[in-house]
Amino acid sequence: MSSKLDLDPGVIASCRAAAAQIAAQVGEEIDGHTTVSVERTVVRLLGVDGANELEAPLPNVLVDHVRDHGELGRGIAYWLGNALLHDESPGTPQQIAEAVDAGELDLCALPRAQDDAIRERVTRECDQRLRKIAARMAERRALRERLGESPPPLRYVLTATGNVYEDVVHGLAVAEAGGDIVAVIRSTAQSLLDYVPYGPTTEGYGGTFATQANFAIMRAALDEWSVANGRYVRLSSFCSGLCMPEIAAMGAIEGFDNMVNDALYGILYRDINPVRGLIDQRVSRMVNGWFGVVINTGEDNYLRTADAIEAAPSVTASQFINRQLALDSGVPDEQIALGDAFEIDTPVVNSLLLEWAQAQLTRELFPECPVKYMPPTRHMDGNLYRTHAADSLFNLVTIATGQGIQTIGVPTEGIFTPHVHDRVIGLENVNYTFAAARDLGEEIEFRRGGIIQTRAQEVLAGAHELLERIADVGLFAALGEGVFGDVPRRDDEGRGTEGIVETADGYFNPASELMQGASSLA
Amino acid sequence: MPEPGTRKRVDLAQVKPYADHLDDGIVQMSFTLPVPYGLAARRAAQELAAKMGFEHPEVVHYQELTDGYTYFVMFGEATQTVDYASLSDEGFDIEYMREDEIEVFADERIGRPIVVVGAATGTDTHSVGIDAMLNLKGFHGHHGLEGYKAFQTHNLGSQVPNSVLVSRAIDLNADAILVSQTVTQQNLHIANLTELVEIVEAEGRRKQLILTCGGPRVSNELAKELGYDAGFSKGTYPHHVASFIVRELSARMAEE
Repeated sequence: MSSKLDLDPGVIASCRAAAAQIAAQVGEEIDGHTTVSVERTVVRLLGVDGANELEAPLPNVLVDHVRDHGELGRGIAYWLGNALLHDESPGTPQQIAEAVDAGELDLCALPRAQDDAIRERVTRECDQRLRKIAARMAERRALRERLGESPPPLRYVLTATGNVYEDVVHGLAVAEAGGDIVAVIRSTAQSLLDYVPYGPTTEGYGGTFATQANFAIMRAALDEWSVANGRYVRLSSFCSGLCMPEIAAMGAIEGFDNMVNDALYGILYRDINPVRGLIDQRVSRMVNGWFGVVINTGEDNYLRTADAIEAAPSVTASQFINRQLALDSGVPDEQIALGDAFEIDTPVVNSLLLEWAQAQLTRELFPECPVKYMPPTRHMDGNLYRTHAADSLFNLVTIATGQGIQTIGVPTEGIFTPHVHDRVIGLENVNYTFAAARDLGEEIEFRRGGIIQTRAQEVLAGAHELLERIADVGLFAALGEGVFGDVPRRDDEGRGTEGIVETADGYFNPASELMQGASSLA
Repeated sequence: MPEPGTRKRVDLAQVKPYADHLDDGIVQMSFTLPVPYGLAARRAAQELAAKMGFEHPEVVHYQELTDGYTYFVMFGEATQTVDYASLSDEGFDIEYMREDEIEVFADERIGRPIVVVGAATGTDTHSVGIDAMLNLKGFHGHHGLEGYKAFQTHNLGSQVPNSVLVSRAIDLNADAILVSQTVTQQNLHIANLTELVEIVEAEGRRKQLILTCGGPRVSNELAKELGYDAGFSKGTYPHHVASFIVRELSARMAEE
């Protein structure tokens, strides 16, 4: 793709270098720590699932059991591996978890085997289970290729009824109307739960609980539609809140294609501790990356709390950082859908030109990344016809700048959680605009030194300045100053801080070791 | 009927919707029925509209959403009227003060910082409403109460339990509570807003506290019904809330 924006390659290279430095600093700062949710992820990948009579998920029971003994610093894998080697061991990790839950087994009281033997035993167990999940993901990729998908931009549509069975109805209506990715929004309450609820759920507000059973119900319904209609529909959820890595593991087990994955969202808007969030994100992205899942990042959200014109450079800066953090977790460019949004207020003169500049900038800076482009929401209100009109311009920019994924705009945005027909009406607008302007981008060049080129260059310059400043002080200090979304967050405060665990000598995490720098696709 | 050539005048005691002829009553509506697409579905939508009291219900568009679900766009003529004349005199319109007027009013009548504590409570994670009202940045160029000299604000953020909001309000000796509710699915906001009033009453603080709430589907009428002093809907700016609080507090101080 030739540049339409006349960007300075030196500035871009310098932005990348600053982002690499920032990401490396984050890596150093979070090194030597794990979290309760990272450890529960290991447990889940070792095949433990289910909940006890008190509705406590068994992965929590197991990790809390070791934590209560003050021994989680060695990692849950060490204790499970030791139990697996024990003569009177119940057999599988699942059976061990059930025995611990029943009070029949104390993992920390068993005689200790040799460290090497423990590591070998539990790593072998983990490897076998990861391979099994990867084999199912490979079958899914084959299905996706056989059935085929729409050409990009993929139309990403949310459902959020609170009841998984109603989400199925919405998901099918979305598929009928041309939706390419169905994403079930999580219940708003879930982000601060330090466990993943168990079983199918029919009550939730602002969304539906992300449970493995709900994942399976949606997946089965969409697969059935895809096969019957000869077009593959992707499924997505949200690796966010206090269980980011666990949801990534559940998504892999249930064959999800995409996942929102951005700790900054929880840090800024749910007051989750920044250190906790970024440790969880590292492992969550590693799981997504290894299984070939496309991640969506969330810098579009900054424009909901900060001004869309002023804060544009912070979005671009965050895209550089987010991409680097994802690469460092083993997610390749083609699986990184960076966030961007169309949020400039409607009375602004030439807002379409400013939006066009920003959308084109994102494409040119990250040509290998699919990008997830978000619709206007912040200034949308009960005037649903105005919202529908704004969405038309948003759709035009999406197709003309060749975004990889577009979250569709819905006319009732900002009134309530949109109803089934609102989503279909939104999709019809998208379908019309995408068809009407399919090759528009190829036809357009921008005037040298005109409004669009100038705006894009200014945003890039602003992002460059911001990246250099963040590189100087480090991401955690910059977050403390409110650099993103105008929301300041300190690294020693916030929800979930108590779930951070310092690793002890001999700590290991077999899942991370197996997935680090690798991919199940290779 | 008026003579041909003369203008018909609106009867404010019997008002009907207007499209292009006075009293034509035309209403546009859209909805989905959980029935398969077809002529029977179309007929069902017409019958439903007739039962809702519309004359000449007309389906102008209908389409299948997915198996067993059909979407309709309809028009119909309302037969009911509303007595606007008796409503317009009831003083629904509050006169709002500008920011500078509020500062002067507060300085003269209250003479100390007014403590306001706000949060999005319950499981609601949306802080956008409470931030727009309280934070310095505000919304659409109107800065929030934090930017007023008259107010000392405490924004507790989102997902705050009602009990925590009330106990903070008591600790801070607050004059007013501002609670925001964005998620309204299955009327969650009503249960949550009701709980807050109950806690304030159980703590014996109802008289000392000005209770206000806001959100896209919160109206002043709903708020009053639930036991609040005022409710603020879409289109509210911080100076609207500020006007209400300074007037209400000044009135309460005058009563004491």
